[in-house]
This record gives sequence, structure tokens and C-alpha cells, in this order.
Amino acid sequence: MAIVAQSSRFGTYGRPVLAWAIGLLFFFPIFWMVLTSFKTDADAVKPEFLFTFTPTLENYLNMTANYDYWRFATNSVITSVFATLFSLVVGIPAAYAMAFNPSRATKDVLMWMLSTKMLPAAAVLYPMTFLTKSLGLFDTHFLVVLVLCLINLPIVVWMLFTYFKEIPKDIIEAGKMDGVNTWGEIREILIPLAWGGIASTALLAFIFCWNEAYWTVRLTTTDAATLSKLIEGNRAPEGLFFGRLSAVSTAAVGPIVVLGWFCQKQLVKGLTFGAVK
Amino acid sequence: MGRIVLDNVTKSFGETQVIPPLNLTIEDGEFAVFVGPSGCGKSTLLRMIAGLEDLTSGNIAIDDKVVTEVPPSKRGLAMVFQSYALYPHMTVRKNIGFPLRMEKMSQAEIDKRVETAAKSLNLTDYLDRKPGQLSGGQRQRVAIGRAIVRDPSAFLFDEPLSNLDAALRVGMRLEISEMHERMQTTMIYVTHDQVEAMTMADKIVVLQAGVIEQVGTPLDLYNKPQNLFVAGFIGSPRMNFTEGEEARKRGAHTIGIRPEHIDVVASGGVWNGKVGVAEHLGSDTFLHVHDTGLAETITVRAPGEVTMKYGDRISLAPREDLIHRFDAQGLRIG
Repeated sequence: MAIVAQSSRFGTYGRPVLAWAIGLLFFFPIFWMVLTSFKTDADAVKPEFLFTFTPTLENYLNMTANYDYWRFATNSVITSVFATLFSLVVGIPAAYAMAFNPSRATKDVLMWMLSTKMLPAAAVLYPMTFLTKSLGLFDTHFLVVLVLCLINLPIVVWMLFTYFKEIPKDIIEAGKMDGVNTWGEIREILIPLAWGGIASTALLAFIFCWNEAYWTVRLTTTDAATLSKLIEGNRAPEGLFFGRLSAVSTAAVGPIVVLGWFCQKQLVKGLTFGAVK
Repeated sequence: MGRIVLDNVTKSFGETQVIPPLNLTIEDGEFAVFVGPSGCGKSTLLRMIAGLEDLTSGNIAIDDKVVTEVPPSKRGLAMVFQSYALYPHMTVRKNIGFPLRMEKMSQAEIDKRVETAAKSLNLTDYLDRKPGQLSGGQRQRVAIGRAIVRDPSAFLFDEPLSNLDAALRVGMRLEISEMHERMQTTMIYVTHDQVEAMTMADKIVVLQAGVIEQVGTPLDLYNKPQNLFVAGFIGSPRMNFTEGEEARKRGAHTIGIRPEHIDVVASGGVWNGKVGVAEHLGSDTFLHVHDTGLAETITVRAPGEVTMKYGDRISLAPREDLIHRFDAQGLRIG
């Protein structure tokens, strides 16, 4: 009863107000960034021009003319797409094996994979830089794809494992009885049944790849540099060119925001899978 | 062909041995039923034959070919699962045709076989539906259809009727029996329901704790149960047991008599007692008799309608030649 009474009043007024407040709070930095990207560097730092200013496309024109935005964007797309694909190619069979043929070590392996996320990245910065340089992999697409793929694998495997666990074991066994080999089980039964989960996982992995900055900034210079590097590069030593920086940032997060917007439903479903039944 | 031989088969999960060395032969064309209480290892045994469960030791041979190391997909067996285990993303047509597609059969041949199977199972109208749009009974038919299209050397059924309601279960039981008569293919059927075992089997294998208690035809098991477990498990209502004076008189440690082998007499019966609950089924009446001095309750099956009510005195005459005698170890005497 108490819940009903509460939800009727709080639900009608309180909840939407609260939701809007939180929404605006989270959205404001992005809104501000987009706004600033249309200001000159001089205007950008002046509080009186926060909302009222003369909009200019200077920053965007400058960006494509001087910084070769499209090269960075292409690199971001290439590395994110391939890293996501590879993490699925490795992750699907791995999660399949752990979900349907678990051994005594399966739980430990899963925990171990997760534990790699607990290591501070900075701890291996020097060895990684040294290693990639001496192997001649520094600033190559291959390296960025490899690193992004490895960073995301634990999450990809964990997510896929959770989805696959939801598929009744009987169906996989029926497949075995019907004459399917392991590859067939994955292709004919597992992938079609877990399609939604695989899509959510891929989407999330792609977003993580796109947004990754620590390694992409440090292991690239020009050839394989991604949009993260472009943003980083606009941090001038003598101070920040906020207008320019905002334009670059907007152009970098733009695609992923649009993607996220369209895939909202899938993403929310993917992230709450298992929690809501 | 489908002659299946289990040779000293064992199964352990870690330290626990669920199936001690076990030998069994299922002849070609036989309808064998594994029956036993839950946890007796009957499903594990079936899954070992299917290849879904590894053997800890021993061998399994199908038609004199050892298949112990052969994966399930290559054993030529078809299985029907308790949960039906249909592919939810495929239509009924695709589900039934799936094993044929995996055999790389031509599409025309697949279509022909699927149509034939669907017709024999009354599924023709549902071929383009997904499993989610079918009732439990129809899903079970699809599962059976998926098994029969392949012409397997043997069918394995893992409690296929447990998820159906009682009326449907009886119908499906008959259909499976008829299917067996028609196809004459080996079938191995796992159930905990002794009525299914009795009505369907050529050969019943009674299991308890992974051990075969008795193998025989339904009537063998009914007429000559080899031990107390089988005597108590087969037959409905359960056999009555008593120890003590009445048993000693007949040279046994324990005697058992089935409810249908006790006659109700007006007076001068061997045992006397008081009627507890009377269950009227119309064709029969089950009387649960107390205070006989034999056991807490003695169940008696009286044919037809018997007008006896709670607390009535009753006199019972067991048919002496149908009394089963067991020794102290619970093994049959004579």
C-alpha cells in the first residue's frame, strides 16, 4: 500500500523531475563541448560568452585542413572494427567452451581474465613501449588492433559467457545428437540463439575500442593514431585552445554518440542481461 | 540394425562412483526401458550410450562396433529429450529437417522426408510455425519427428513424457509404442514411471544406485521379482510386505503379496483388520486395511464396487501360491 501511495505522487512529479535533473547534469558537459566548438579560442575562455556568442565554423574547417581529421577517423574505424571482430572471433569459442564444457578450472580462468583488468596500465607502460618498439610494431594498425582486442577480451568473454549460459544445454546436446560438429554447433545453434547478446557485446566492445585513450595515445605517433590521439594532440603546451579542442572532441565522440543513440535499446538490454528476468 | 552392448561400463563424477561395473545387452529391435527412482543413474546411463557423457571405464558397442570414443554425432543414434530441446530459432520444418541437412542430404530428399514424418505425426499444419507457437504435446511430436527422419539405428528417449499432462501422456505413450511396432527399431526409454515401463517395454531394466536390480520382461518382473526393491517398485498399488510370524510360517524373512492377490471374504479369512480409506475407482476399489498385525497398512484391490466404509471389520484371504518370499538379504526364495 505504502509503495502504491508513494509511487503515485512521487511517480507523477518527483521521478520525472529527478530524471531530468540527472539527465541534464550528465548531458551538460557534452552540450557545453558542442557549444564551445563553435566559438573562437578567444571567446571560449570568456564566461560572458557562455551562451551568447557569434558562432563560427573556423575550428571545424581548421581541423580538417590542418590536422587531417579524416585520417585519424579512418584509423579509429579500422582499429575499432578489427579489434571488435577479433575479440569476437576469439571470445565466442572461448565463452562457448566455458559455458558448455566447463572444467574445474573454468571459474579460475574467468577470474584470472578479469584480474588482468585490475593491473594499472601504467605499470606496464615502459615494457610495452620498449617491446613494441624493438619488435617494430610501434605506431602500426596491427599493434593498436592487438592491444584493443586484448584489453577488451576479458569483458567480451565474460559477457558472452553470461549470454551462452542462458541457452539450455539440452539444445546444444540435441545438436550433437543430430550430427553437428563443434563448429556447426557454434554456427547453426549458438550464434543464431545468442544473436542479441553477441550484438550487444560487439557494440560495447566497439565503443570501448573507440574511446580507448591510454594505449592508443602512447603507442602511436601518426600512422596508426586514432581520434583519441588527435584530441590529445590539441592540448598545446602554452595552454589549451578550448575552441579547437572542443571541435576535435565533438568530431571524435560524434559518431559513437550517434551509434549509441540508435542502439540504446540493445545496449541497455545487453548490460542488464541476467539482472532482469 | 541396433544391437547395443554395454561391457563393464562405469561412471564416476570425481570421487563418487554413480555407476559401478555394469553389463547389459539390448537386442536389435528391442524396446528397453530403464526404470528406477530419481538419482538411480538411468539418465546417466542413457547419456553414456548417446555419447553425451564420457565413460570412466568399460566399453559400449553398437552392432559389434566399439563406439566408446566415437562422438555422439557419429553414433547414428537419435535422442528425444525431456525438455524437447527444439531449436527455437527454426520452424518446425527446419527443426525436423535439421539432422538431414547436417548429413548434407539434397533439399528435395529432405523436403520429402520431412513431409512424410510430419504426416505420420499430424504436424503437417504446423510445419511453418516456430516451436514457441506450439503446445507441449506438439513440441514433443516435433522432437520425435526430428528423431525419426534420420532412420537411426536406435532411439533414445530421456523421460520424454514427464512434461506432459496425464491425458496427453497416455496418448503419447501409445503413439510411441505403435511407432515401435511399426518401425521395429531399437528403442531405449528412460522413465521413473513404472506404469510407462510396464506398458511399453519388451525388456525392463530396473536400476537403483547405478546397479541393475533386475532385467526382464514386464511380466517376469511382476511375477518373479528377484528382490524386495523390484517387488516394491513394480506394480501399482505397491506390493504389501510383512516380516515376523506370518513370514516365518512360510519359511521366509519377508513375504510380499500384491493387493490384487488378496481376496476379501465374508468371514474365516487368514488375516483380519479394519478398513481405513476406501478408494473407489469404479472398476476397482482399493481398500487400505489397518490393524491386521502385519504392517501398518495392507492394501487390497477388490474388483468392482465394494460398499465398505471407514472402520468396518474385514477378513482377508491371500492366495498362498502368489505370495513372494524373500530372505534376510532381501533376495527372492524359490
